[in-house]
This record gives sequence, C-alpha cells and structure tokens, in this order.
Amino acid sequence: MATETDMRREQRGGVPAEAPPPEIETIGEGLETEELILNLGPQHPSTHGVLRLVIKLNGEMIVECVPVMGYLHRGLEKIFEWRTYQQGPRYADQADYVSAMLNEHAYCGAAEAIAGIDVPRRAEFLRVIVDELSRSASHCIWLGSYGLDVGATTPFLWCMRDREEILDILEEICGSRMNHNYFRPGGLLYDFPPGVLGKIERFLDRWEKAIDRDYREILEGNEIFLERTVGIGVIPKEVALQYGLTGPMARGSGVDWDLRRDRPYSIYPELKTLRPVIFTEGDAYARYQVRLNEMKLSIALIRECIDKLPAGPVRARQGHVWKCPRGEAYYTVEGAKGEVGFYMISAGGSAPNPFRAKMRGPSFMNLQILPWLLNGRLIADLVAILGSIDIVLGDVDR
Amino acid sequence: MAVDQKPPARPIHFEIADALKERPTTTQTGLGAPDYVPPTPGALANEDNVVFATIKDLMSWARSRSPWPLGYGLACCAIEMMAASASHHDLARFGAEVFRSSPRQADVMIVAGTVTHKMAPRLRRLYEQMPEPKWVIAMGNCASSGGEFWDSYATLQGVDTVVPVDVYVPGCPPRPEALTEGILRLREKIFRGG
Repeated sequence: MATETDMRREQRGGVPAEAPPPEIETIGEGLETEELILNLGPQHPSTHGVLRLVIKLNGEMIVECVPVMGYLHRGLEKIFEWRTYQQGPRYADQADYVSAMLNEHAYCGAAEAIAGIDVPRRAEFLRVIVDELSRSASHCIWLGSYGLDVGATTPFLWCMRDREEILDILEEICGSRMNHNYFRPGGLLYDFPPGVLGKIERFLDRWEKAIDRDYREILEGNEIFLERTVGIGVIPKEVALQYGLTGPMARGSGVDWDLRRDRPYSIYPELKTLRPVIFTEGDAYARYQVRLNEMKLSIALIRECIDKLPAGPVRARQGHVWKCPRGEAYYTVEGAKGEVGFYMISAGGSAPNPFRAKMRGPSFMNLQILPWLLNGRLIADLVAILGSIDIVLGDVDR
Repeated sequence: MAVDQKPPARPIHFEIADALKERPTTTQTGLGAPDYVPPTPGALANEDNVVFATIKDLMSWARSRSPWPLGYGLACCAIEMMAASASHHDLARFGAEVFRSSPRQADVMIVAGTVTHKMAPRLRRLYEQMPEPKWVIAMGNCASSGGEFWDSYATLQGVDTVVPVDVYVPGCPPRPEALTEGILRLREKIFRGG
C-alpha cells in the first residue's frame, strides 16, 4: 500500500522549501504578464462557510494569499460573560458546531477546575462516549465535504448516511441533533436513556465495516483522489510546530502530540485502547489517513467505555444556586480539529457568570498556516489544500 | 457490565389490505400540515388533455415545482441544510436539491445561520444579484429573529431587516424535516402566485 503512495510523493518532489514568490516573467519583446487579484468568498462552496481569501495570482501560481475572517464573528466570548455557568455550554456549542460536545467539555472542565468539583465516574465515562461520537460526526462531515472538494460525490452521501445515525443516537441522549447542550458543570444533564448503549454498539459494528469497505475503497482506490491529495500541501514537522498546529493537522506531520494522552483529562488515562494516530508524511493524504484512523480509534474507545461503564450518579451534588469561587483555570480538550481550550476567570463573590472566558479555537490556529501552504502552489490545488485543514468558520471567528 | 438488550422485533403486516386500512388518512390536515389548496378550476386537471389556464397560473405552477436554492451556508444551519440535501432526508424528492453556487442561477436563498453585521452587506448584494422572481427562506432562529444572539454586539437581529423574507423556519438548528417543510410551504406560496 505504501509503495504506490510513496512513488507519487517522490514524483511530487517531496517536502517543498518555503517557495519564494515567483518573479513576474517577461515574455518576448514588450509583453509581460501581470498579477491578478482573485477574490474567493465569502460565498463560495469550497470555503466551508464564510471564509474569504484574497489571492494574488501569477498565471496559475499563487503568489500571495490573505485570508479575511470575521464574517461569522458573533461575539461569543462576550456572551459568555453575560451568561451563567449553566447557560454557558449552550453557547460553547455554537463555536465548533460540527463537534459540539467537545466544546462543552472544555467549557465545563474549566468551570469545574475553578470550583473544584469532582465529577462522578459514570459521568466521565458517558462524557467520553459522547465526545468520541461527536468527534466521529465531525470527521464524517470533513470526509464528505473533502470528497466534494476534490470531486467525489458518493463519499458525501455515505458519510452523511452514517452521520445521521450518530445524530440519531445523540438526539436520543440529549434531545437535539446539533447544539446538544448536554454537559453541565459538575456532570451531565441526565443519564443515557435505556437502550442507547445497545444502539451505539450495533451502530459501531456496522460503521466499522463501512469505514473499511466504503470509505477506504472508494477514496483510496480512486486515481483522482490520490492524484489530488498525495504530496499536496506538505507541512514538515518543524513548520507544524512553528505554526502551533494541533490535532490531526499536527499528527499528520509526525508531531506526536495528542492531548488525550499527553495532557490527560477525564478518564482517558484509564483507557487501554488509546493509541494516537501518527502519520509522518505531512501531506493532505496523511491528514486524511489520520482522520480516518481516528474514526476507528473512536470506535475502540467507545467500546472500551461501554465495557467499563460503572453505575452511579451523573451529576455532582451542588447547591441550589451554584456559584464559583474566585480563581482562574485553563482547560484543554483534544477536539476534532485540535486543542480546544477554555481560559476562564471567575471573579468570585455572588457572580453566577464567569468574569472572562477566552476560547482557543483550533480551526483558527490551524488556518494561519494557509498562506504559507499556498505560497507558490498552483491555484488548482487551493481547494484540496484548504479542505485538508478542516476549518469550521464558527470556530475560526467565534 | 451488561449491555442493554436488543428490542424485540415488531410484527410486520403482510396483508396489504390491512396495511392500507391502517394507513393514516389525516396526513394533509392537522397541526403543521400544509394549508388546503383548492384545485385551480380548469388548470391541469382536464381528462381530455385540454388545459384552460391563465398564463400567470401556468407560470406559477412551473416555478413552484423546482425552486433552486443558492448554496449559501453561514453557520450551524448550513450543516443541517447539507443533511437535508444528502442521502437520508432526500431534498431531491421536492425538486430543490440543485444548490447553485452562483446567485445568478438561483431562485430561492436559504439564509442558513447567523448573519453578522459584517456579512449583511454581502448578503444583500447576493440577494440583489439573484434574478427575479426570487424568494428567501430564513432558516433557524438566528436568521429569523436573532435567536440566542439577541444581545450580541455583532449579529443582525433577523435577516428580514436586510432582505424580504417569505418563509421563516424556526429551530436551533431546524431539523432537515423542518427545512423540507419550509420549502413545501414556499412551493405553495409560489403556486398561489406569491
């Protein structure tokens, strides 16, 4: 398997140096090419939302790319200051709306760290289950839309088919398909309804086969997909570290960094099946491999959690009016796109709301490598490179 | 830890006559059902293959059958819009699955998500670039009224402050079925000449 993709990578010339902007060529006597400024977005099917890119082109070569953001800036961080800790997770959903549970986990983790609440063991296991389901749903969306980006329609239909099942499960658990509002500081809103665990297991059995049989075969057996991803958008390990990439972007470049293992939270240290997925090639194909293998990792983690699931309450005992003491905390969660972090300050006293809640959006941090990646590349590779970053504009702009 | 048991299989009706008898007949009435549209006299219901209709009625009929939406996702609702057009909730059943990337080819603009002050002028420009006749569906609470961002400093309190809206679809985000319902309502409105 590796030989064919390695040959393709060698043909592409391996890891590129930071390409200098190409000079304006002079063709013949008195003729010269001139740079073209192309505006992409904010309404464009390939920008996955309302991202705007201002691209300077020389022929087919991208000389410069300036991302313009803020078309979805809703002032979430200010709203966090006006909402109580119980209302906060609902707005954390809105940041990365594709994998909403992970944002809620980060928000509640920060609030619990300040207040010093011990979350019941059962709640932690259930949290990990819904986290991994949410991560799988996010990777499904990414795989489907990335297939659309590079010209394949069928993976989109198949991924959305499987995502619907995940959303059905999540709806049964928390009553909403998206924007779940399931986490609370100190635990969860309520326990799983009866029958859900069996439903999850049956879904995982079916989905595990679907990943190998459907996704892998239709994409990795496709000449066009390989041609458009292998060796495209290569990020060397040093550059990934310099730009502060996290999540699948970093792990696709060989950075061995997974917060579930390296900055353990919840009950992840107890899980034996947690082995982070690392690929060293750093191109779009490696990032695809990381995300696909993370789907299988999520399946293993959910199964282990269901096996070990203890009984007990799902919410810590708290007072009727819940207040947070004075303090500050930074809590990170390995999100679907990278490190989701909440830095929260509580002013103490009788304030039921955080004084400040700063969110670290992984999409925003990962997007900043885009100008470096596009510099000196062909315009035809733009969509394949942008899609492989896996941005969600709600997370970029917040 | 024992995992929950599988639910027992439901019995299946093999007698077609029984199944037909048990089929609900009230799908077109009741809460949330489309308003009753009286049949247009003479139009498209003639057994002699002769159609008597005004041009306006015929145009409305033709327009209402397949509204092409503008592929225009803003926030969370866009994911549900994608889900509505994907395999499970097949929007192609109602002729509205052709998401056009260019506003010049679109009939209906589905405003799916929060509209910020920075996005509002672009949204208005997209609306103006669409050819007449054109319709707007405000999908979700944010686009309908501001929704949960009612006190945000950066968002528009309802997209109807910028463009005229024909159908409001509430929900945060609305289920794909709700969007389908909104498109069906819009079809009725277009059919009536709206």
